[in-house]
Amino acid sequence: MATKVIYDKSKGLDEKPFHYCPGCGHGIVHKLIAEVLVELGVLDKTISVSPVGCSVLAYDYFNCDGVQAAHGRAPAVAIGLKKACPDKIVFSYQGDGDLASIGTAETVHAAHRGDNTTIIFINNAIYGMTGGQMAPTTLIGQKTSTSPFGRSKKNCGLPIKVVEMLAQVPSSHYLERTSVHDFANIRKTKAAIKKAFQTQIDGKGFSMVEILSPCPVGWGIAPIKAMDFVKEQMMPYYPLGVYKDNGELTKLSGGEK
Amino acid sequence: MAKVLMKGNEALSEAAIKAGCTAFFGYPITPQNEIPEYLSERMEQEGLVFVQAESEVAAINMVYGASAAGARVMTSSSSPGIALKQEGISYLAGARLPCFICSVTRAGPGLGGILPAQADYFQAVKGGGNGDYYTPVYAPNSVQEATDLVFRAFNVADEYRTPVQMIVDGMLGQMMEPVELNPPPRVKVDKELYATSGNSDKRKRNIVNSLNLSGLGLEQMNHERFRDYEKIKEKETLSEYDVPKDAEIVFCAYGVPSRIAKNAISLLKKEGISAGLIRPITLWPFPEKDFLKLPKTVKAVLVTELSMGQMIEDVRLALNGSIPAYHYGRVGGVVFEPDEIAEEAKRILKKGGKKK
Amino acid sequence: MAKSNKNERIRISGFGGQGVLTVGQIVALLHLEHDRTVSWIPAYGAEMRGGTTNCSVIIQDDVIGSPIVAQDIDVLLAFNLPSLTRFEPLVKKGGKIIYNTSIIKDAPTRKDVEVIGVDATNISIALGSPKVQNMVMLGAYLKDHQYFDEEIIKKVLLIRFGEKAEKLIPINLSAIQKGRE
Repeated sequence: MATKVIYDKSKGLDEKPFHYCPGCGHGIVHKLIAEVLVELGVLDKTISVSPVGCSVLAYDYFNCDGVQAAHGRAPAVAIGLKKACPDKIVFSYQGDGDLASIGTAETVHAAHRGDNTTIIFINNAIYGMTGGQMAPTTLIGQKTSTSPFGRSKKNCGLPIKVVEMLAQVPSSHYLERTSVHDFANIRKTKAAIKKAFQTQIDGKGFSMVEILSPCPVGWGIAPIKAMDFVKEQMMPYYPLGVYKDNGELTKLSGGEK
Repeated sequence: MAKVLMKGNEALSEAAIKAGCTAFFGYPITPQNEIPEYLSERMEQEGLVFVQAESEVAAINMVYGASAAGARVMTSSSSPGIALKQEGISYLAGARLPCFICSVTRAGPGLGGILPAQADYFQAVKGGGNGDYYTPVYAPNSVQEATDLVFRAFNVADEYRTPVQMIVDGMLGQMMEPVELNPPPRVKVDKELYATSGNSDKRKRNIVNSLNLSGLGLEQMNHERFRDYEKIKEKETLSEYDVPKDAEIVFCAYGVPSRIAKNAISLLKKEGISAGLIRPITLWPFPEKDFLKLPKTVKAVLVTELSMGQMIEDVRLALNGSIPAYHYGRVGGVVFEPDEIAEEAKRILKKGGKKK
Repeated sequence: MAKSNKNERIRISGFGGQGVLTVGQIVALLHLEHDRTVSWIPAYGAEMRGGTTNCSVIIQDDVIGSPIVAQDIDVLLAFNLPSLTRFEPLVKKGGKIIYNTSIIKDAPTRKDVEVIGVDATNISIALGSPKVQNMVMLGAYLKDHQYFDEEIIKKVLLIRFGEKAEKLIPINLSAIQKGRE
């Protein structure tokens, strides 16, 4: 009897097995990016930029040229690559410590210049690789290894809302926040990633997808519970949706305070 | 090409274009502003890349990206800005990416001042970034030499896959001298062997990276880099050695202060004192061998630098105790005069070259 | 024809906007046309304290040492009083001070140097543009550099100002001529 392939690893991914923890969202998003690059027919002309953080080894997984960048500097490295090869596709893959803390300037100015590059931003409300410290995106009351009593507004302010912030930067072109906590949202995330890369292919400028993603090990809860945490705790504060489309504001900042 | 009168900063910028530099990333800081100002116009005219980054940190990381893609690329800054670039320089060295970094130095520490100084010898030569690495460092003393060394720097960077720095003191950056741009042939390097140029349809995919989590693997990477450093030491060390056979004292100076030392040598000659000069043109690799061939008549080496004493450490290592070395410096942007350092030389000789 | 052959250490100083840096560059360019070794360096930062903008020019044949003319000035071009006050003591014995009598009312006091007063600002106004007062001062400097004829001066002005500024050449040449008289 002939075997029939009903599911296969994307050609956009290398053979190397992921090093990510069980229940982590990185593997899901990696797969989506790989599929999108293959579907858009640009895999061979794509250059990935890996951050410092859990996804530091992302260059090992995407089956295209890859550069590893210093902590927070991926958008600067990306525009360096893009300026040197403007006809290639360049994206950076960054976590919330990398993008929303140490790399804030590089992120804002990539949007400010309207760099024709794409950022895939994983918001899991924690520093995963270094052992579960507080991130700028950590929720109020959320316990981490550096906020053992829960994040307080008094000392740390309210969690930063990145797509809302970048929507106010005049030159940003396409901004969407999605989640990977269930199948329906994973499909929406893939569509958003595809649109972000299409924006770059069309030469329209800066695109970013912020993806709410579970970190069960960092959060100290079971994988299924982590999916619930994204839905019940993160989504009310970080509303999903398109914040900027075609350079126009589409949704004003909402969500809980 | 006839000689034209050009400002140091502008001449070395034009030399970079003639060297085939296709992208510049920088950030404003005095006294190097003529470089980005000049290149913002010329790169546009030539259809090349000019980006004024949001910070020195971003600029050096843009350099990292463009170099990773295989471009000939440069940045420029001044001392405090170079301090900010150290992270990127370490990454460039770690990932073995070529680039050209020009520092028009100023007085420090901290915000310091914008006047000429040489207080950043350590910054350039000993590295401020993390890890075991060196970068070749060129220190021209004239506008003509600055342009010649820009050509060389880009070639050395490509040949050995290393960031290369140039230290230009504030005086050289601001001064105008006649210059003739003579680009040598470009070194031939196949960058597709390592560059992440987005051509993975034509070859196996490339990865540019300084991360290596295996101890033995990273040790090996370090040893490979240091084997190249040995080659650089052997082939790329440059200096001007001008020591008479009967020299009693030898100045050691780099950059424009080496020209002041030449004036001092002339003054001493008028008084019947024979003095010489060792001028390191590469600060790393340091021209150690020059110090081993000094004539027996030399009683002392006088290191004149616009710092509290930085290069003198390398001079003492090179001399290895054979001849006493002294330092004379002015700092904060004050520049010594020829008679001032000639007097210092006489003071030292009066004491027989022995320690004060 | 005679050629540039003297070694000169020149300091040119005045208010910002009086065109002193340009004069320095033109002097350097003229001597470069005669294949001399030249250098030009502006004072910047703290050196500019006291309301003067100034530059050093050195003309010689061998390698130029320090490009800053801090002492032993052969020729001082003083466009305003602070410049004269600051640099007069640094002029070499037997050197020359060319100063702008239009705005400097106190003449130099040194007796061991040659002193030349030029009514530069007023002459330039009479010519129709106070902007060319620097060229009148340049003319005064060029009085004993007759080997720089009008042709070579015009060539250098075009190098400095660019071909686009050709229409400005006549008034600049007239100002230089007035200063030379």
